Amino acid sequence: MNDALDVALRLLVVFVVFLTFPLIIGQTEHKVMAHMQGRLGPMYAGGFHGWAQLVADGVKFAQKEDIVPAEADRRVFQLAPAVALLPYLLVLLAIPIGPGEGAVGEVVDAGIFFVLAVMGVGVLGSLMAGWASANKFSLLGGLRTAAQLLAYELPMLLAAASVAMAAGTVSLPGIVAAFEWWWLPWQIVGALVFFVAGLAELQRPPFDMPVADSEIIFGAYTEYTGLRFALFLLAEYAGIVVLCGLTTVLFLGGWHGPWGADGLGWVWTLLKTAVLAFAVIWLRVTYPRLREDQLQKLAWTLLVPLALAQIALTGIVKVAIN
Amino acid sequence: MTLAAAGHGTLAAAAPQGFLSPTGVEIAFVLVGLVTLGAAVVTVTTRQLVHAALWLVVALGGLAVEYLLLTAEFIAWVQVLIYVGSVVVLLLFGLMLTRAPIGRSPDADSGNRPVALAVALAAAGALVWVVADAFRTQWIDLDKPQGTTDVTGSILFRHWVLPFEALSVLLLAALVGAIVLSRRNAARSDRDGAPGGRTGAGDSDKEQR
Repeated sequence: MNDALDVALRLLVVFVVFLTFPLIIGQTEHKVMAHMQGRLGPMYAGGFHGWAQLVADGVKFAQKEDIVPAEADRRVFQLAPAVALLPYLLVLLAIPIGPGEGAVGEVVDAGIFFVLAVMGVGVLGSLMAGWASANKFSLLGGLRTAAQLLAYELPMLLAAASVAMAAGTVSLPGIVAAFEWWWLPWQIVGALVFFVAGLAELQRPPFDMPVADSEIIFGAYTEYTGLRFALFLLAEYAGIVVLCGLTTVLFLGGWHGPWGADGLGWVWTLLKTAVLAFAVIWLRVTYPRLREDQLQKLAWTLLVPLALAQIALTGIVKVAIN
Repeated sequence: MTLAAAGHGTLAAAAPQGFLSPTGVEIAFVLVGLVTLGAAVVTVTTRQLVHAALWLVVALGGLAVEYLLLTAEFIAWVQVLIYVGSVVVLLLFGLMLTRAPIGRSPDADSGNRPVALAVALAAAGALVWVVADAFRTQWIDLDKPQGTTDVTGSILFRHWVLPFEALSVLLLAALVGAIVLSRRNAARSDRDGAPGGRTGAGDSDKEQR
């Protein structure tokens, strides 16, 4: 009975995190973008600093009619948002925020593989949406999504493999436990490759070619309205949480901090994640969108060789230490 | 890989087991197996091309769950990563790039149906017979994990190095072949003065025909 209660409690906590953190990121994005680009809209709703903007967005989405286009493939069209969103919930289960058994939803032995595998499944949701909408813009968006995933999955995996080699384990808590401060300069190239490839996999600017709103309206999500559209947006923000959490755990030492506070490890994890999330939003407001061929070129001619070089470096240093 | 794990003598539990009074895991294994089989049958019988690819996701995912139930965790995640995350995405990409109508495609059928059925049944029969005959007396103790990354890695690189290397060479050959095909295609379209040198390796092999 105690075990069941423990599992239920963990699932509940992860679920609450899944429901709140993406919204916090969304709210932060509203505010940061408003400040950086001088946008007045998001600062208005509710009075002080536009605190109610997210609530207003939620109400707006809930009020809209749920439309399925007449020519669309109904079942696939309706299933797609769930396929896009649920993988991120599963991934959150495996990300440790502090030392010990108590600070992770579920200890997964092959944590890195689990996380990357399940994140890859989320892209199927965009593909299903793009195809099932019976819309040329959506189909183009779906195609670009697939091409982007295929290009950026490889450098992401290679960069993660480099950390796994350094730590000698593929379990996420194991990797953070093995972390030393000098891993930061050692794995910095891998960290950058991982983060950039992750941004591309989430289709965040400057890698938002699949949803480029000035050319293909909104890519795979063009035909979606109301709550289903909101679910796709939520998937994007949940993806930011997952990507920043993963980068923190793999490359930035998770719960390790300068003062090595045992009890406050989770604060470090959350702080690092938040800083990375801020960087994600910052990149969105600062950089113009890459063209499709530039996107592919960046992945194949820059990120993949860099990731391979990082693996070679990791191997050499690892052998030298031993 | 389950075969490799089961075939490895030390992993098999010695205690005699029966087919009666199955455990919860065994019941789950059979149920997931039925779902996987059903999804696989729908994959090859449905007339809607993209639906076939999506049912393939269900079938491959069901297989991953089966690996999980056999405590081969590493293989399960690799299965999801490679097959669901990459192969099916590539498949969908190819479908969308060429022809992916919504609704039925009556012309998607071919006259090979009976032959394909016969080959599939023969292959399935041979596999079931060989595997059942070879591992009939061996049991995996599911109470402690048998397929962790550690175990899988040491079995793969101690007992199965040669097949592993042979597979690597095979994949390398496929890669080189794809590059050769795409380069020949690029050279030809340059000669014709037509743009098309940018096509990726996967497309060019289709354009060859």
